Amino acid sequence: MSVAVAVPLFDVERIRADFPILSQSVHGKKLVFLDSAASAQKPRAVIDAMVRTMETRYANVHRGLHWMSEQCSDDYEAVRDKVAHFINASRDEIVFVRNATEAVNLVAHSYGRTALQAGDAVVVSEMEHHANLVPWQMLRDAHGVELRVVRITDAGEIDFSHLEQLFADGKVRLLAVTHMSNVLGTYTPVERLASFAHAHGARILLDGAQAVVHRAVDVRAIDADFYVFSGHKLYGPTGIGVLYGKAELLEKMPPFLGGGEMIGTVSYQHSTWAKPPFRFEAGTPAIIETIGLGAAIDYVNAIGFAAIAAHERELTDHALAVLAPIPGLHIAGAAQDRGGVVSFTLDGVHAHDVATLLDKQGIAVRAGHHCAEPLTRRLGLDSTARASFGVYSTLAEIDALRTGLERIRKMFS
Amino acid sequence: MSDDASDLYQRLIMERARHPLHAGRVEAAQAEAEGNNPMCGDRVRLSLRCDEAGVIIEAAHETRGCAICVASADVLAETVIGRAGSEMAPLAVEFETMVQTGLVPAREDFAMLQAFAGVSAYRSRHRCATLPWQALTAAMNKRRELEHG
Repeated sequence: MSVAVAVPLFDVERIRADFPILSQSVHGKKLVFLDSAASAQKPRAVIDAMVRTMETRYANVHRGLHWMSEQCSDDYEAVRDKVAHFINASRDEIVFVRNATEAVNLVAHSYGRTALQAGDAVVVSEMEHHANLVPWQMLRDAHGVELRVVRITDAGEIDFSHLEQLFADGKVRLLAVTHMSNVLGTYTPVERLASFAHAHGARILLDGAQAVVHRAVDVRAIDADFYVFSGHKLYGPTGIGVLYGKAELLEKMPPFLGGGEMIGTVSYQHSTWAKPPFRFEAGTPAIIETIGLGAAIDYVNAIGFAAIAAHERELTDHALAVLAPIPGLHIAGAAQDRGGVVSFTLDGVHAHDVATLLDKQGIAVRAGHHCAEPLTRRLGLDSTARASFGVYSTLAEIDALRTGLERIRKMFS
Repeated sequence: MSDDASDLYQRLIMERARHPLHAGRVEAAQAEAEGNNPMCGDRVRLSLRCDEAGVIIEAAHETRGCAICVASADVLAETVIGRAGSEMAPLAVEFETMVQTGLVPAREDFAMLQAFAGVSAYRSRHRCATLPWQALTAAMNKRRELEHG
């Protein structure tokens, strides 16, 4: 390795020691957790932050005129600043939601039914998670917009010539695409997509549920109009997610849910709405989970995305190198720019059998269509097995996966 | 439980998954139905032919799925041939109960079916074993509707 290349300091064993669950055994075997793309494990710092909140600083937020509520409100709102800084946005552009799915639904419902008119078109890609497909189908059926699907190449990248065709009639008002495919691992060229959409008079929504875990995201540099992600894939808890929306867009959007917290004034006849982001946060929020998300962001920032990305690059390269030579194993997708997700099939063995037999060896992978059923069909498959990596994954775990797959292949041959 | 899940992947299951004996379609079938598992994409299409007395004389399946699902469909076809259509609903219930509990009914007709008792320890795989039996129930219901409808 060239001495001119700065190697970020990264000690995976120290990282692993931060995650209590990784010392667990499954079926008497050391846990090899290769399912982080579905949901990541939680570091001690996140667990402690949530417990500490409940033990020492918990009350409802934004309402109480007492010390406990003020402390808890401060902690909660500090996370909004943290998230804003994390993706380079301002705090009034950060809406707390349950997860990425809810964020897309919020935009489809609130922005989709006001900024879009019947006859306008929304474009999604063939490699969307159901979360970034079904809400737009619902909008189409309820509101009369047209839904168009941009093709991907066989390598698993957006087909730009098809994208140009879809935009040619000038009807497209929104491009909603993933920043990183949860099946193929493909990173999409988001700056290029945003610039393309804007040049055609359309807005862009990016599903960052996978990408935000692995790369530094700068919504201003991307020029994203909406960016969504979940806390639980980012080593944080379930039940908390983020919608980023440009202030000028959120300002014009009506509420998604009605209730407490999201109002200006209320009478029996009518109500006025609070300003964003509170307009979109009806009811008591996920306070403890939000504070957990803040701790997760601190944790990831302390390691640094340079180190995380380098580690995951090494894992992905290693996985592709050791899995591809297994006879009968086929890896889905071959994007130039891909992250730590490797979906595959094994000739003569169904993905469910692969997953069950790996599980018996303590290795956790996902099998099925990974909430991307149309994509699985597009690939000409019924299901795939998927190994996905996190900051705590090791090269030895990938070698264990290879050994496990070799055993399964022998058993079924 | 062993490392290689041999409690689940019994010899009979592996044999039938590799080389199903009843794969295909019954010509001039009198009852057909499909079982689908939208969670994983598994699909079983079952076709049956009965004689005048209502006894199943032919059964075949077209299955797209895992080893458990293919083997279950194949053993189902073998089990039901020669039996009265009216016995199928209770038999399906007994099979599903065995998959849930792991307890094998002490009866001759479960000599082969008992290979699937091991599935009980794998909750996420129960559906793989029972999907063909749900298709069987649907096929028999359809046949009854046609006869009486």
